[in-house]
Amino acid sequence: MNTAARALENRRLLVRLAIAAVGMFGFGFLLVPFYNTICEVTGINRLMKADAQAANTQVDTGRRLTIEFDANAHAVPWRFVPQQGSRSVHPGELVRVDYVLENTTDKAIVGQAIPSYGPQLAGQYVKKLDCFCFQQQTLAPHERRVMPVVFVIDPSLPAEVNTVTLSYTFFAIEGAAPAPASGGAQG
Amino acid sequence: MSAVSHSLEHGHHAHQPSGLMRWITTTNHKDIGSMYLIFSFIMFLSGGVMALTIRAELFAPGLQVVQPEFFNQLTTMHGLVMVFGAIMPAFVGFANWQIPLMIGASDMAFARMNNWSFWLLPPAALLLLGSFFVPGGATAAGWTLYAPLSVQMGMGMDLTIFAVHIMGISSIMGAINIVVTILNMRAPGMTLMKMPLFCWTWLITAYLLIAVMPVLAGAVTMILTDRHFGTSFFNAAGGGDPVLYQHVFWFFGHPEVYIMILPAFGIVSQVIPTFARKPLFGYASMVYATASIAILSFTVWAHHMFTTGLPAAGQLFFMYATMLIAVPTGVKVFNWVATMWRGSMTFETPMLFSVGFLFVFTMGGFTGLICAIAPIDIQLQDTYYVVAHFHYVLVAGSLFALFSGAYYWLPKWTGHMYDEKLGKIHFWCSIVFFNITFFPMHFLGLAGMPRRIPDYNPMFADFNLMASIGAFGFGFSQLIFLAVVVKCIRGGERAAAKPWEGAEGLEWTVPSPAPYHTFEEPPVVK
Repeated sequence: MNTAARALENRRLLVRLAIAAVGMFGFGFLLVPFYNTICEVTGINRLMKADAQAANTQVDTGRRLTIEFDANAHAVPWRFVPQQGSRSVHPGELVRVDYVLENTTDKAIVGQAIPSYGPQLAGQYVKKLDCFCFQQQTLAPHERRVMPVVFVIDPSLPAEVNTVTLSYTFFAIEGAAPAPASGGAQG
Repeated sequence: MSAVSHSLEHGHHAHQPSGLMRWITTTNHKDIGSMYLIFSFIMFLSGGVMALTIRAELFAPGLQVVQPEFFNQLTTMHGLVMVFGAIMPAFVGFANWQIPLMIGASDMAFARMNNWSFWLLPPAALLLLGSFFVPGGATAAGWTLYAPLSVQMGMGMDLTIFAVHIMGISSIMGAINIVVTILNMRAPGMTLMKMPLFCWTWLITAYLLIAVMPVLAGAVTMILTDRHFGTSFFNAAGGGDPVLYQHVFWFFGHPEVYIMILPAFGIVSQVIPTFARKPLFGYASMVYATASIAILSFTVWAHHMFTTGLPAAGQLFFMYATMLIAVPTGVKVFNWVATMWRGSMTFETPMLFSVGFLFVFTMGGFTGLICAIAPIDIQLQDTYYVVAHFHYVLVAGSLFALFSGAYYWLPKWTGHMYDEKLGKIHFWCSIVFFNITFFPMHFLGLAGMPRRIPDYNPMFADFNLMASIGAFGFGFSQLIFLAVVVKCIRGGERAAAKPWEGAEGLEWTVPSPAPYHTFEEPPVVK
């Protein structure tokens, strides 16, 4: 092979490999929707969506569970408390609990609540029909809001679990423009 | 034709700048290879100083030497510097020196790009090491740069991100160069299946680099935009997920560990046949084993994430896929042992390091299998057992193979024989102190000592004392290597073109030291 032909051949391979590298850079970003879709489809990580409602839930009156409610605001100057600390429920029973959220500052702030569960495995048995955590919340200065969570504890919850802690943490969303004061999703 | 190439050669020399400019402007694969090797050794010593500071702090329970914040910076930077500054550039240095010599090419395919690949590294290293001196210090999020920590760190994190970007670009350019050189520049008659195994392992490694370095660049770019541009890839409040970072990172990270070991396999596959005076046993199976390790490496990443709440089906898949990798790796170990079987073996320093590699790397492979078992890994996750495991495969694996290759080819590079006695002392000090350092860490991990913590329960004191003594011994042993190399460059017994009796390959047909320009007329391989 003469030098010019080889140089051309080399350049052609270089371009192909460079395209592969750029493609893989894009693939790294493609992993984001791919991951979200997998979590969505397999139900691993459904924080922001309501669970499907069982048509006919059997209430297991023979069993009592304690549900503890916890609330935290992470680096966001809000007051955030549940209206009751804990409640005794039957598995399969429809439970509604209200949380009080108050913006203590003079400016509007956008926040998002993220749930967590103790014990961790209980999370998949807490079936939420409605929750303020499904949307971002915009609070006008000194606005106070009462928001409900409606859920059912799946009766298939393992028998050794007697207490479930449902904890919410509000995070401020930096960079999100607060909607006009009248806005804000009512959960 | 010979007259033409003769005058061409003169032309080269006439335009060759001298002094510092020679090294800055050089496009010669041997110069660039040497610079890579020197750079990686400097980074190896810097990372080593960090490691010794860590071991000094862990010498006894309580806080004596450094504050916890700084300790975290040290563990993070030790990992980053050793992986991206020492091990990876060292293998690229070997590739630059050896691949053209081994396949009968006059230089790398893109000589100027080669110069660029190297000269991107020193600025990246300066950014990385300089981050110790910015407000808040260097990043302390661990070498894996996990979100959300890495989203919260100070400006040291930004410098690290840029350093990773630059080193990534350098690696990708180097990898493209190696692929093109191996595929297009081979001497007539040098078919792919006649290539020395070192070229094969580097060809496959280069493909891995092209496939995964961009993914790492993407991951750290997402951290950067999360930090400064209001995106929420990993920020739970904005709808992101920190676990996503781990998936993206380990999609890069697991192939990365094979990037650091496959060229080591290549070096060992050159050294063992030479000193066993037998051809490599099962050459074709070695090639296929290397390729299957590379392909499997894309399917095992979540075994780093068994404790993140992976569904059971996922844990099982990644557990079995990981164990599957033991099969091609086992083929390799078997082939090396079979090569030695009934060979006429002698134990010069390169062979000592290769046999040491084989012995200690295999131990690291076995602890890897133990970590692959999901229920056991949940116990061992983030303990010193994991630290012991990856140092057995990275230090005793990659680093010992690098030493083996350095001793093996030093006569070719410098034209002098190295001091065999000092070399052997270096080997025995290294392997003894290595095991004193890292073997007790298995017990520490099994007893539950967590990694990346500057203080520990007094019950762990004795083994930590032992590990610290071993670490200082190991660290100072590496100065012997420096002495051997300096002595070898300065002088010593003249090396023949083929200083090793059993060596095979094109690189031994050129004189020692290898002339500045080799194979301008391609050799014909029969």
